[in-house]
Amino acid sequence: MEERPISDISYRKFIEEGKLMGSRCRGCGKIYHPPRHLCEDCFGTEMEWHELKGEGELTTYTCIFVVPPYMAEEGYGRENPYCTGVVTLSEGPRVVARIEGVDAKNPESIRIGMPVKAVFNRVGEGEKARTYLAFRPA
Amino acid sequence: MAGKRKIGRGVAIVGAGMSRFGMFQDKDSKDLFAEAFRELLESVDKGLDPRDIQAIWIGNFSNDFFVHQAHWGPIIADLTGLAPRAVTRTEGACASSTLAVRDGIMAIASGMYDIVLAGGVEEMSKRTTEEVTEGLALATSPYEGAAGFTFPGVFGALANAYFHKYGASREHLMNVTIKSHENAPLNPKGQFRQTIRDLMEARKEKARQKGLPVPDWSDEKEALFDPSFNPPVAWPMHLFDCCPISDGASCVLLVAEELAKSFTDDPIYVVGFGQGSGRGLHACPSFTSFEANRQAAAEAYGMSGLKPEDVQFAEVHDCFSIAELIHIEDLGFFGEGEAYKAVAEGETRREGRMPINTSGGLKCKGHPVGATGVAQMYEVWKQLRGEAGERQIPGRDLYIGATQNLGGTGGTCTFTIFERR
Repeated sequence: MEERPISDISYRKFIEEGKLMGSRCRGCGKIYHPPRHLCEDCFGTEMEWHELKGEGELTTYTCIFVVPPYMAEEGYGRENPYCTGVVTLSEGPRVVARIEGVDAKNPESIRIGMPVKAVFNRVGEGEKARTYLAFRPA
Repeated sequence: MAGKRKIGRGVAIVGAGMSRFGMFQDKDSKDLFAEAFRELLESVDKGLDPRDIQAIWIGNFSNDFFVHQAHWGPIIADLTGLAPRAVTRTEGACASSTLAVRDGIMAIASGMYDIVLAGGVEEMSKRTTEEVTEGLALATSPYEGAAGFTFPGVFGALANAYFHKYGASREHLMNVTIKSHENAPLNPKGQFRQTIRDLMEARKEKARQKGLPVPDWSDEKEALFDPSFNPPVAWPMHLFDCCPISDGASCVLLVAEELAKSFTDDPIYVVGFGQGSGRGLHACPSFTSFEANRQAAAEAYGMSGLKPEDVQFAEVHDCFSIAELIHIEDLGFFGEGEAYKAVAEGETRREGRMPINTSGGLKCKGHPVGATGVAQMYEVWKQLRGEAGERQIPGRDLYIGATQNLGGTGGTCTFTIFERR
């Protein structure tokens, strides 16, 4: 049983390890992603970690052409947009994440409802190295 | 849940002021608020001794970030000559100043005060577009920024969900923009005062002067489909789907109902108020509705005893074109999935069945975020009193108007209903 505290900090450490983790209410069994401290259904206060399979479908998306500074650093911009979206996991919860392996320059080619699966991308070097979660067409 | 909650003591607006909205290198927040307050003082029909104002609420989202100055309450109290009276700053992102009015309403309804100044201010244009984008993104859910979502990006995702669910398209969003720009030239305080056709002609003239090929667009939509005129920001949000970066200020004078007639024969009464909260995209129950809107609307309709069909016109928070469609459905003015058709048929134009954003909306009037909610009320005040000049809704006796204000990406929504008796 995973004993790390339920928190966004723990959640991000799991992502670094290539694990997509949610929290599960010990009272009513409801699964949440991102993890929640408290159950909003039964107001239970006992949560445990629950590993998610990382499979789901694309619920909605956008392709960003005017990019924030931290994405410009990765080389994105007006001529090189990226896709980001909302995925509904097979377990029910939703994930907000970058969508890769699609043609962000042709946003209308991207299909809502398409099956996707999680990938964990390692970027940067040295102290700046980090892992981010993305989804790709399954 | 929302039920029939009454305010304990009636509240009325008896004065209102608004600065010009725009990008001003030569004006700061104090200058803008002074401009709005000066108009408020002149707007009180039977006169106001400012010394009678007992307390102030001031909405401001993030001047801390935009101009590196926090703690705006005392600055505004000093500016208006009202120090050492109590002043409180409210923050609800782009709904900050509606929250100031809400606190003022509650303070009067409770009997604590009788006469309150409520307003808002924001000074954004001294930062670069990239910095403003970063500043606004501080009001999204923390999970969205990590996934590369921007503010327009969240609304882009909502638009794609709306298109997918109802069969709407970019052309339907353009109808919202074209309608807002039709009202724009009629608002002397607005940031943009040109129709889309005016802007097309200006672009053609510029091309002629530079000896470049002159675009041969046949109508507004052809121009709006041209990425050289209307480039993508966050698909399907394009430049003309997005409101601008703005500076501005606004304020209203709230008084206890029994005092209203001593200030004016024509007060505007607050008859319904509602506020809701919303969650990040990962927890939204729907991508074609804001749960905070539904909560706010249920509260305000419950309090007022009114129904959506009783509201004759409204100012809604069109930070992005898609937001206007979602709001007017959430508030019950149009059925789910019906707003885009109603807008296409002209129902939300000034002459239409349900005029929306006669001010030009955030899109044209401008969106200094902390000032927006009260600026919406300023428009309703003008329209209900028949003082909206060229943009006055024609041919109708107006007595019920409303404002809907959204903060962040739906984290805070308010709905306020006003009545002229």
